[in-house]
Amino acid sequence: MNTDFFILMKPELSITFIIFILLTLKVWDGIKENTTLIHLTNFLLLINFLIGFIGNSTGALFNGMYHTTDLLSLEKNILNFGTLIISLQAFEWIKNHKHVIEFYILLLTTLLGMFFMVSSGNFLMFYLGLELASIPLAAIVNFDLEKIKSSEAAVKMILSSAFASCMMLFGISMLYGTTGTLNFAELPQLITGGSLQIMSLIFVFTGFAFKLSAVPFHLWTADVYEGAPVPVTAYLSVISKAAMVFVFISILNPLFVNAQNVWYNMLFLTIVLTITIGNLFAIRQNNIKRFLAFSSISQVGFILLGISSGTHMGVTASIYFLIVYVFSNLGAFGVIALVSAQTEKENISDYKAFYKNNKTLSWIITIALFSLAGIPPTAGFFGKMFLVTAGASKGNYVLIIIAVLNMVVSLYYYLRVVKAIFVDENNEPIEKVEGNIFTKASLIICMAGIILTGFASVLYDYINSLM
Amino acid sequence: MTNLSILIIFPLLTTIAILFCRNTTQIKWTALLGSLIQLVLASLLMYSYYAERATGNTSQMLFEQRYSWYSALNIEYYIGVDGISVIMIMLTAFVVACGILISWKIETLTKEFFFLLLLLSVGTYGFFISLDLFTMFFFLELAVIPKYLLIAIWGSGKKEYSAMKLALMLMGGSGLVLIGLLATYFNTDIGSGVHTWDLLKIAHLHIPYETQLFIFPFLFVGFGVFTALFPFHTWVPDGHSSAPTAASMFLAGISMKLGGYGALRVATYLMPEAAQHYSWIIVLLATIAIIYGAFATLMQKDLKYINAYSSVSHCGFILLGIGMLTKTALIGAVMQMVSHGLMTALFFGAIGMIYERTHTRQIKELGGLLKTIPFLSSVFIIAGLCSLGLPGFSGFVSEMVVFMGAWQRPDAFHRIATILAAASIVVTAVYILRAAGSAIMGPIKNEHFNHLKDATWNEKIASVLLIVAILSIGLAPFWLINIISPDTQLIMENIARGAIGG
Repeated sequence: MNTDFFILMKPELSITFIIFILLTLKVWDGIKENTTLIHLTNFLLLINFLIGFIGNSTGALFNGMYHTTDLLSLEKNILNFGTLIISLQAFEWIKNHKHVIEFYILLLTTLLGMFFMVSSGNFLMFYLGLELASIPLAAIVNFDLEKIKSSEAAVKMILSSAFASCMMLFGISMLYGTTGTLNFAELPQLITGGSLQIMSLIFVFTGFAFKLSAVPFHLWTADVYEGAPVPVTAYLSVISKAAMVFVFISILNPLFVNAQNVWYNMLFLTIVLTITIGNLFAIRQNNIKRFLAFSSISQVGFILLGISSGTHMGVTASIYFLIVYVFSNLGAFGVIALVSAQTEKENISDYKAFYKNNKTLSWIITIALFSLAGIPPTAGFFGKMFLVTAGASKGNYVLIIIAVLNMVVSLYYYLRVVKAIFVDENNEPIEKVEGNIFTKASLIICMAGIILTGFASVLYDYINSLM
Repeated sequence: MTNLSILIIFPLLTTIAILFCRNTTQIKWTALLGSLIQLVLASLLMYSYYAERATGNTSQMLFEQRYSWYSALNIEYYIGVDGISVIMIMLTAFVVACGILISWKIETLTKEFFFLLLLLSVGTYGFFISLDLFTMFFFLELAVIPKYLLIAIWGSGKKEYSAMKLALMLMGGSGLVLIGLLATYFNTDIGSGVHTWDLLKIAHLHIPYETQLFIFPFLFVGFGVFTALFPFHTWVPDGHSSAPTAASMFLAGISMKLGGYGALRVATYLMPEAAQHYSWIIVLLATIAIIYGAFATLMQKDLKYINAYSSVSHCGFILLGIGMLTKTALIGAVMQMVSHGLMTALFFGAIGMIYERTHTRQIKELGGLLKTIPFLSSVFIIAGLCSLGLPGFSGFVSEMVVFMGAWQRPDAFHRIATILAAASIVVTAVYILRAAGSAIMGPIKNEHFNHLKDATWNEKIASVLLIVAILSIGLAPFWLINIISPDTQLIMENIARGAIGG
């Protein structure tokens, strides 16, 4: 144990430190004002985000249980950034809540879990992080304490999470049985594609599919998203998903490289189902959170498409897309959170003639949705293009044709929302909604991100250089 | 004007300037001024193009600019023009300026309207000058979604349905293009596993015959959707007739040309052998579109639908020209793009202006307009005559060139296709003359028509601009042919080389 420990584990320690500060505040009970607490936390999160850029190094700890590279540091920065934005957007909702500190403690605990998961060099560490990330998450899904739907969502979430963890553990145990190790560094040579190992691949894959809400393991998603408070939904659909994708990237191809044919076929089927079914269900939704839930399912399909290439190009494209996805999805959720906090309206039909009283917010949500749909000049276009390009590098054009046709279908339902906002008539349109300066700042950051990350190729080149 | 990027940057600046305008007057004048300056820039470009060619510069593309964009994927911001693109840019500048003049009276959400219209034009300019397939695709898609909003918000009739249909079909088309482009990209190995999006480089690579056969349908049908390739033409009538005037001018005038240009520049140029292999299907579909479009027009009672269906028929000539694969036919196809762009913009403009006054587009409710609004009625008739191919107007020249090119294919199949296509002109004459006869001539059918006011200054300028352009092609087609001809020559050479190589 030396200074390495502090340098390498800086992101985790930083989060832990914030959690301790919050705990101390809770015990001390000195600050009564909710707004002060929120501002303080936001400030700490900002510092935490900025620290993430300084003095990152590469190395491993605890006999390879924990390791970090520049790429992993970048991934943690992305998660930090998303959490900060969500925290800014949560202001309107949390400011009247009785348990502000608890919310943040739980939230940051899940983030800590995700960091460990991303940095894990061993299946045990990975599982520890996974559980640390899942259980508090179920608690904050239920954070609208008086709403029955929230509790229902939390129960669904915890049950499906537990089930997914079981699957994953079972898979891991088989892997241990056949190879005698759980260390990521040693596994690739030992996994030769024997039948028991394939079996374990299937179970691990299923566990991931649950967590990523890939079809056919997606059924919990919509209900949980609908029941959870909007900021938590945003957290689930952006941060939690991004973290799972990051881990998936560093487990699937690196470890199971000798079983590439097997997992490619599994992934092929999953992608087709995920994109198609996500889209088809999204068409029929009226609740805007459920709508975004299904749309995010189909987005995951596209991310898997990038991963399926099994190349650096695919990994770069997936991480790049996730950054764009953070901007776009949080842009949309920011507006929804604001409207939901002030008017409690969450249906697409409520958004009819939204443009009448809220011009800027309408454009923000429209641009965010266009970015999700992959329309230029938004960054979403570039993200989707790179994913599809990576997917096409395998030469499997059946998959590409299905994906591209689904982009057209997805355009249909995104345009439905845009139509409601701009075209449809409504006798009682949503009144003028005004966010505070932090919400506005978060939305401006998202918009800037959506417009700039596409044109500036710097980001993509940077990610590519980290491979 | 040798810095092509200005052609994209300037309209972009105009759109941004519109965002900062305070009232309607400011917005309109900013938009108009911007589009007029853009027209001047386009003319300057054409002038410098001539000047450069006169100095003996025979390189395929002029005024090239090339910057690396996404170096890991070899994506470049690579632009340059040849004669065809110069002409298309001129066409765009003309139609956009006239569209803005004609939309002078837009009352609802003025800022958004002009913003979206100019954003569309950015996409179009970019598409015509880019030589990198990725950049080109970026601009192609940029020119789709603003149309949805333009039609859905400011349109008339069943606007929501039409807007959605248009957006989805065009996105479907560009999706097919995307598949084709990706397949092309991964089949261009320019050494050590590096691929390229560079249009000119790909043209000089030899993509294997079987691969071409796979890729070509995606590219051609994808672009074909934009240019009303039968049976993917169904968005045209609905989209055009629901759109507000300026948007239908833009749609029919320029948007549909994106497809024609792409089918020629990307599909045919890059996949010459496949183009030959599939040419009979293209000819067949084009002929069907020409005849079907003409007869469908006969049945229409709404002026906008008449022009929309006749657009299907006229765009069939573009595809016919491309499908015939002779140099003359290709020249004819490009001329038809320009001619149809101007003519249909004028036609939609005239219909829009008449509709704004009479509040009906039904032929049987109109009548005797020549007596009350002589200027607009004359514009309508001129557009109609151009559409039916009267000598002296651009329509005649371009269709004539297509037929001459088509006749160079001596076998029975191509002869029959040519004859059938030529015969459709008779049908065109019937519907145009009938529409003009009962809507413009004859007795005044409605009391309220007596009090109509004739064209205002802005409408007059717009109409005169377009008519001058049409006449200048119709009376002196050689300048247009001269500017296109070297580039179609290059495309033909690529096809010929493909035939020898394969």
